[in-house]
Amino acid sequence: MTRLDLTRFSWVRFVLRSRWPQFLLRAITLAGFVFTILAGLFGSVVGSHNFAIIFVWIAWWTALKLIFTPLGGRSWCSICPIPMPGEWLQNGGMLQPGGKGIGLGKRWPKALRGNWLQAGGFLLVGLFGALTLTSARVTAFLLLGILLLALVLSLIFERRSFCNNLCPIGGFTGLYAQAGPVEVRVKDTDVCAAHAEKTCYDACPWGQYPLALKSSTNCGLCMECLRVCPSDNIAVNLRPWGSDLGPKTKHRLDEAFLGLVMLASALVDSAVFLGPWGQLKLAAYGIGSQAWLVYSGIFLVFALGVLPGLYTAAVWASGKFSTVKSSLRKNLARYSQVLVPLGLMAWIAFTVSFAFAKVAAILPVLSDPLGWGWNLFGLTGTAGVGQSTAFSMMIQVLLLVVGLFWSSQVARRISQSARQATPMIAFLGVFSLGMLWLLIG
Amino acid sequence: MESPSINIAVRGLLSRWGWVLVTGLMAVFILFAPLDRFLTAPAGMDRHIRIEASMFQFSPGEVKVNAGDRVTVELVSTDVVHGFSLDGYAFELNADPGQTATGTFVADQSGVFRFRCSVACGNLHPFMMGKLKVGSNLLLVRGIALGLLAVVAALWSSRGPSLKKPGVTP
Repeated sequence: MTRLDLTRFSWVRFVLRSRWPQFLLRAITLAGFVFTILAGLFGSVVGSHNFAIIFVWIAWWTALKLIFTPLGGRSWCSICPIPMPGEWLQNGGMLQPGGKGIGLGKRWPKALRGNWLQAGGFLLVGLFGALTLTSARVTAFLLLGILLLALVLSLIFERRSFCNNLCPIGGFTGLYAQAGPVEVRVKDTDVCAAHAEKTCYDACPWGQYPLALKSSTNCGLCMECLRVCPSDNIAVNLRPWGSDLGPKTKHRLDEAFLGLVMLASALVDSAVFLGPWGQLKLAAYGIGSQAWLVYSGIFLVFALGVLPGLYTAAVWASGKFSTVKSSLRKNLARYSQVLVPLGLMAWIAFTVSFAFAKVAAILPVLSDPLGWGWNLFGLTGTAGVGQSTAFSMMIQVLLLVVGLFWSSQVARRISQSARQATPMIAFLGVFSLGMLWLLIG
Repeated sequence: MESPSINIAVRGLLSRWGWVLVTGLMAVFILFAPLDRFLTAPAGMDRHIRIEASMFQFSPGEVKVNAGDRVTVELVSTDVVHGFSLDGYAFELNADPGQTATGTFVADQSGVFRFRCSVACGNLHPFMMGKLKVGSNLLLVRGIALGLLAVVAALWSSRGPSLKKPGVTP
């Protein structure tokens, strides 16, 4: 497939190879992160007047799903501030590794590797989301907790173990990076094979060896390999969307689990936050109450039982139409790719509701970030109610349709026949119908 | 006389990209076909709807009327100040605790419209919303039809055996 190596352009190569642009961006995001925590702790308790709520759950969360992930894969991870303090200690330097770092450098336990814990983290987001998304204090404590957890884990374990195995956002961006149009790959495999020192692997905070990269899931686009390669053999490619999906790529069972959790979360979040059911919202919000326990039970049964059950049945039925024997476990892993395009599009469609209805709240909160009655830029009080429009609903329909088309195409490409792909397409169709009904029904 | 090589090239293009052309045309037709002309809407009538607003729900949360109805909304707040803002319509009400606010509009646009609380009333305020369904939800019908078209297009675009070597996967 066609690729455009961005490092062919000298100014792009200069920007990517220099550590300064990335460092400055990360410094800005870290400053914003710290300010968000302070705003959440000391600012107004009214969410719509607090920088923490508006910037984390409206601005950043929307940008992650509408811009960073679909246009740049794991591009957010390249400027994410969360692992920065720990990485500075590990490296013994802020801009670049210098001297002896601090940390035990242990390997992450094998049993805990992969997307399992990230999926669990996303389930927790679903269980506590109604409170977290609406309480500035809880948002601040959550961010502070994540920052401390990442720091502590970086002192115990090697490299970015937190990002690779625990961070729910890393799970989200990693899963959908397979559909993204950016990748880091080697230019000439022979050059790497002849290079004995493997400086790229040693320098990679993600523990990846560029020569072996077949998927962008675990590449955080940090560009360290590009910087240390003595042969200028690293390419940063623009590629067709979905290049990691197809019959030639390998997939794991934990990817299927994460993909299903993402689908379930998209459905449940749509029902809770966009639905007309007040009792459901109250149940999701009332952490610890009897209603919340019932909500949690139903959510977990749906996310861990119903949806995986339907998926398993579809995979099993697809396997029945195959001429080659393969275990159900292998097929569950292989078909996990079909969950990626539709899942990404479903999350974008869900986010469009917020982007249209709530984006007006961003500028006023810049004028009064703590909700203390300031009016720094004369924009306080300019936010309207916000609304969905016929145009935004049409966009949501089109996004889901594109996701269904794309996933169905992947299902067909990794199947021997259209008949074999049919059960998977039926599963995708049922999910799409449910999402369509929740968003515009 | 057209040259045979041009004919072959055109055929090649149609064979490879014909599905894009056909699917695109059908998608445009599904999206913009004047389906509402085939629906006979009942004559508009007066509707009186009482909606109770409390933290953080409207009751009833879903309201259905016919296109052309003259709808009078009676908003009753049972706890704090709540608002009622209807997407797609310039219609808004505010009700003080224990008080009633009333307003009337003509439901002249078909489809599904969310109504939201427009007065900050607590943490879940941004998600306090309900749905007004006016007439038939043609967008949902179009969405389902587009979904079916998407599946057909996906199978058509990748027709032929994808995994020619059984044994690679199964």
